[in-house]
This record gives sequence, structure tokens and C-alpha cells, in this order.
Amino acid sequence: MAYSDKVIEHYNHPRNVGSLDKKDPNVGTGLVGAPECGDVMKLQMKVNPETRVIEEAKFKTFGCGSAIASSSLATEWVKGKTVEEALSIKNTDIVRELSLPPVKIHCSVLAEDAIKAALSDWKKKQGEAESKPAEPATAN
Amino acid sequence: MAIKLPIYMDNHATTPVDPRVVDAMLPYFSEKFGNAASRNHEFGWKAEEAVENARAQIARLVNATPKEIVFTSGATESTNLAIKGVAEMYREKGNHIITQVTEHKATLDTCKRLEKYGYEVTYLSVEKDGRINLDDLRRAITPKTILISIMYANNEIGVVQPIAEIGKIAKEKGVFFHSDGVQAVGKIPVDVQKDGIDLLSISGHKIYGPKGVGALYVRRKNPRVQLSAIIDGGGHERGMRSGTLNVPGIVGLGKACEICMNEMAQEGEKLRRMRERLKDSIMSRLDETFINGSMTHRLPHNINISFAFVEGESLLMGINDIAVSSGSACTSATLEPSYVLKALGVGEDLAHTSIRFGLGRFNSDEEVDYVADRVVDTVTRLRELSPLYEMAKEGVDVSKMKWQVASDSH
Repeated sequence: MAYSDKVIEHYNHPRNVGSLDKKDPNVGTGLVGAPECGDVMKLQMKVNPETRVIEEAKFKTFGCGSAIASSSLATEWVKGKTVEEALSIKNTDIVRELSLPPVKIHCSVLAEDAIKAALSDWKKKQGEAESKPAEPATAN
Repeated sequence: MAIKLPIYMDNHATTPVDPRVVDAMLPYFSEKFGNAASRNHEFGWKAEEAVENARAQIARLVNATPKEIVFTSGATESTNLAIKGVAEMYREKGNHIITQVTEHKATLDTCKRLEKYGYEVTYLSVEKDGRINLDDLRRAITPKTILISIMYANNEIGVVQPIAEIGKIAKEKGVFFHSDGVQAVGKIPVDVQKDGIDLLSISGHKIYGPKGVGALYVRRKNPRVQLSAIIDGGGHERGMRSGTLNVPGIVGLGKACEICMNEMAQEGEKLRRMRERLKDSIMSRLDETFINGSMTHRLPHNINISFAFVEGESLLMGINDIAVSSGSACTSATLEPSYVLKALGVGEDLAHTSIRFGLGRFNSDEEVDYVADRVVDTVTRLRELSPLYEMAKEGVDVSKMKWQVASDSH
């Protein structure tokens, strides 16, 4: 299978790899996917509660090159955006930017889910009402 | 010695044709191009002589007689002919076939088709080490059983089945025994007499011969096996496989077998040493790596390793100057992880992280060292990127987590 140049670029030089302090009230964490499915994404964002601007974003991903590229791109895109702007990012935007083939669309879906899960976690920490619950995965 | 990239280490998929095999084949394209079935002229005689010579070379490698070798287009056809041929010929005697779950698709899909036609198939499970349980086999045999089909060695994990024991059980019970010998013939000693094999599938391109040619060993006495043909036509190959013989391919297969016969012992030792070097070099530098399948009963040139917390396709992408293959779902057409690894009880999470290394005749120690270094570097880099590795290091048992799966991700 041939990868697009952009996927290869993100795979070779992933942006914003790492972790933020998940106990920080201003940090939202989204953990989506499952090891049995071959994809797990962890996306974290530090949001300024005054301006609602995402000041920092970090990711770690277990998955194929397209999954790594999708989450790397997601961190790039959300940085500097407001919470509302970030929530408007659609998986199809990621598909287009990375030229993902149909079999890899689920990677972009997972990245969109990760953004939503992280921001939903942040909102919960801020005491904001949830429009739709999206619990991050938790240890049993 | 400078290393030439990319490095080929996927010799279970196919092998390069040995230059000695190419040399043997070349005259049979333009110069000695005759049809082996032309009985009335020099061109036909030359072709026939070459075919009979190849038949003898193949027979010698597996301790058969030349008349017991039937040429085919490849091992998939050989396996189809063996299973369907026995099923049809012995339909009166019974309709039950026994095979096992980690067989190649050529066997599994042939059996599935026969089930549609009213045959009953038992798919034996395998133990954790990848081998079948002989008591399970004994228990599965019924008066209706006509065939046992168990591969000699597996194409993903290189695990060698207890073939001689299976042959003995088959003989005791009066059931024919077919073995898919594709990965084993030419790599380890295969002896149809000692092993009690009645039908054996052989492939050209897995043993440094050409693609598009294979053979089926069909026992002629003790017991004699008869087959219904699946391809009808001019009655070639004693009626078992019609169609003009692929003379250059057959010559190549014969030569490939002759080379294996002469060099197998030495080559096997060399490959085993290189395999151990590869395995030790990788596993001594990385934690959380697991070998899939038995190390005791294994082809000398195979190793299959799961690198926990690193998805297989992303690993292949990182070592893109090395040709190996992965049991990851993302690398398969079906998006399912390896059914072979699942059968061993390897969890899907670990199946996604597996890599198969298949060493071959033309690999060098320098290549082994290069591959080991590249794998270690890439796994290390990808683990820094892996949330699962981070969680494992924090002491979280990843296997006990409740995961939120994206609605339409699978």
C-alpha cells in the first residue's frame, strides 16, 4: 500500500508527541479506540478557561501510520483554536488533508472522536453541562 | 560487505529464483521448446526427457519414486487436487475430512467448498505452541473419514507438526494423509516413507524455483491413492492433471529440488544460526516481546515476534527498506488480524503487533544485524509514541481496560 506524502511526513516527524498532566483542571484527556482493533489514540489539550483557547495539545497513538498521522494532524489543527472551533473539525477534513484511502477512514474518525472526548473531559472538569457524554476509557 | 537495500526477509511469501535454476531453465524457452507430449519427434523427446529428469529430482528430495510425482501449476492446485481428488474418488467410502485451523487458505477454502457439497470437515484446534493434539486427531477419526490434511510446517509461525505420528495414526486407521509441504520441502528433511505421507503438496517458488509450477506426490503403493482429476483434457500426468506441461517451469522446479537436496543440511544450519542471531539481537534489547509458536518444532529460517504496544503496520512503515510481513489486521485484505495467531490463543491486541521474519538462502549476517538494529530503533521510537506503552509503564493493566471504541471505526 502506498502512503501519501503527508502521511509519511507526519509518521516520520510526528508533531506534539507527549503527555500533559491529566490531573490539571485545565487539561482535557481523550482516550479512544481499543488495542484489539489495532488503534488507540490519546489526545490531550490544555485550554485557557478565560479565553477558551487551546494553548497546548499532545498526543500518543498506537496504530498504523495513518492513525499516527491523523492524530498528529489533529494536534496541529486544534492548537490556537477555541473549544468550539476545535469541535467543528470533521473527520472528512482529515481525510482530505492526508489523502487517506477508504480503508483508512476509520483513523480519521478516531481522531475526531479523540478531539471530542478530550474536550468533553475538559468541560466536565470545568463543571460545564454535557451535551453528550463521552467518557474516556478508565481502568476497571 | 556493503548492504544493498531493500533487504528481502520475507522468504515464506516467495523466494528469488536461484541463478543456477535460471540457467537450467533457459534452454527450454526457445531452443528446446518442444511439447513433452509430442511423441513423434526430437523436440518432444527432448522436452519429455527434461520433464522426466525433473520428476526424478523431485522424487529424490522427498524419497518418492518418479511415477508418484504429478506436475501442477503450483501448490494451491496441488492441494485442491489432493483434497478434491480424494473426496470425489472415495465418496462411496465416506464423506469426512479432518484438517486443522492454522492451515493455509488453499486447504481451508477447499474444505469449505466441499462442505457445501455435503462433505463433513473437522477443523482440529491447535495447542499454544501451534501443534495439533494427537489425541484430538485420534478422537476425530470416524468410519466415514477418508482424508487427514495437516500441513508439514506453517507459513506464518514456521511450526512443524508431528507429521510422522500423524502418518502412523492415518495408516492404523486406513485413512489417507495429505500434507501441505510448501514451507517444509527443501528446508527440512521430508521423507514420505518415514513420515507416512500419502499426498504431499510442493511449490516451486518457495524453494528458489520459478512461480507457476508445483507438484503433488501421490502414493502408488501401501496404499495406492487414486484421484479424480479436477482439470480434464488431454489426459496428461496419467490422467490426474491434463494440460500441456510447463517444461521450463518443471525443469526449474527439478533443479531447485536438486540444489535443496545437496545443500539443505548446511543451509539449514546457517539459517538457524542467523535466525538465532536475529532473535537474540532484537529480544535482548527490547522488553515486552513475545515469540509466537514453538521454538522446538520450528523451521530453521522462521521467527515470528509480537512487539507489544506497537502496531504491526506502523512498524513495517518504519522499516520500509526491509521486506517482512505482519499479522496486523491493517496489512490484510480482510482487516482481521492473523487467524493463525488467534488459533494459538494470542490475543488480538498482540496479533496486531506481530512481525514474521523469513530468512533465506541469500541473506547475510550483515543484513541480519542491519534488520535487528532497524527493528529495535523503530520499535523504541514507536513505543515513545504509544499510549499503551506509557500506560503499561505506569502500571496500568492494559488488557483489563474498558475501551471506548469509535462507533464506525470497525
